[in-house]
Amino acid sequence: MSNFWLLLTEFFKTGLFAVGGGLATIPFLREMSAEYGWFTVETLSTMIAVSESTPGPIGVNMATYVGYMTAGPAGGIGATLSLVAPSVIIICIIANYLQKFKEAKAVKMIFAGLKPAVVGFVMAACLDIFISALLYKNSFDRIWQQKDTGVLGYAAESVNWKAILLLAVLFGMQKGIKKLHPIVLILVSAAGGILLGL
Amino acid sequence: MKLLLQLYTAWFKMGLFTFGGGYAMLPMIQREVIEKYGWATEEEIMDYYAIGQCTPGIIAVNTATFVGYYQKGIPGAIAATLGVVSPSVLIITMIAGLITNFSELTLVQHGLNGVKGAVCLLMFNALRSLWKKSIHNIGALCIFGISLGMSVFTDISTAVMVLLAGVLGVVMSKAGGLRYE
Repeated sequence: MSNFWLLLTEFFKTGLFAVGGGLATIPFLREMSAEYGWFTVETLSTMIAVSESTPGPIGVNMATYVGYMTAGPAGGIGATLSLVAPSVIIICIIANYLQKFKEAKAVKMIFAGLKPAVVGFVMAACLDIFISALLYKNSFDRIWQQKDTGVLGYAAESVNWKAILLLAVLFGMQKGIKKLHPIVLILVSAAGGILLGL
Repeated sequence: MKLLLQLYTAWFKMGLFTFGGGYAMLPMIQREVIEKYGWATEEEIMDYYAIGQCTPGIIAVNTATFVGYYQKGIPGAIAATLGVVSPSVLIITMIAGLITNFSELTLVQHGLNGVKGAVCLLMFNALRSLWKKSIHNIGALCIFGISLGMSVFTDISTAVMVLLAGVLGVVMSKAGGLRYE
């Protein structure tokens, strides 16, 4: 299958299974990066930052970004349309049974299972992002592989102290300033990265 | 035709002027959909949001699809959906092009490495609010732990795990281990 078709099917799958909004697409994106190598965890971080600081729903922004990186402007459009296609079909069907759907016990039970699971999926996907930001060795798996020689020693050596310092400053800013917009945080972090030579 | 165009442009505007999607879009929806066009009442919008959350896909997009469908059937649903995603496609395509072209520069590299720190914090905040909204009892905590463990330590695809979580939700709700109302 060509990259373009693979991109469309992967995003259709994401649109079909990512329940709970934009953040729920992150585990699927991480899976794509691991499986096809279309982009790295670092790029995923950049995508999240750009998606948070530009208009529009985050999930849609990330689909366009991944699509563009993989197959150019046509990829951006294709990935976005594939992402929304399943939900358009599903919503058009549900719209005819709105009341029944709203009160259906089965739906509530399924959702009760999905909600906490999505937190787990997103957290797992974020682990890679946290590790790539704060450690020099960029993947959780690689640290885990060192378990015989001592995970802790290996991890301590690979801590990026400048990144930790920057994170502490950002955290302080967030605590100190009420209703801080993500864009401000992202701009400050970019300036900090340049100043510290991260 | 006029209505389709209106649906497209109104949702284009809402996509263009909100950052972050989801609940961040509510004030814009309030102004455009409820007050300006009268396409839905506030209660209806809350219903669409509630359902958009427990159906697959992006919540803001699902809401657009609902509003469009009730105004003009399937063509309306498509017009509204295309409207809400169009600004993202245009803006992100430009930015992704820029970043790709300049990402070799050392200065840009340092900046992007710094941005990873902000992303950590933003994701941490997002996870915390997801946690507060979703994990209220032991049953939910168990499902969270299982899904986290399986994602980290196995290669099972997220799609399969989503299906398993749905089944687990039904089984545990019936057994009384999960609150679902």
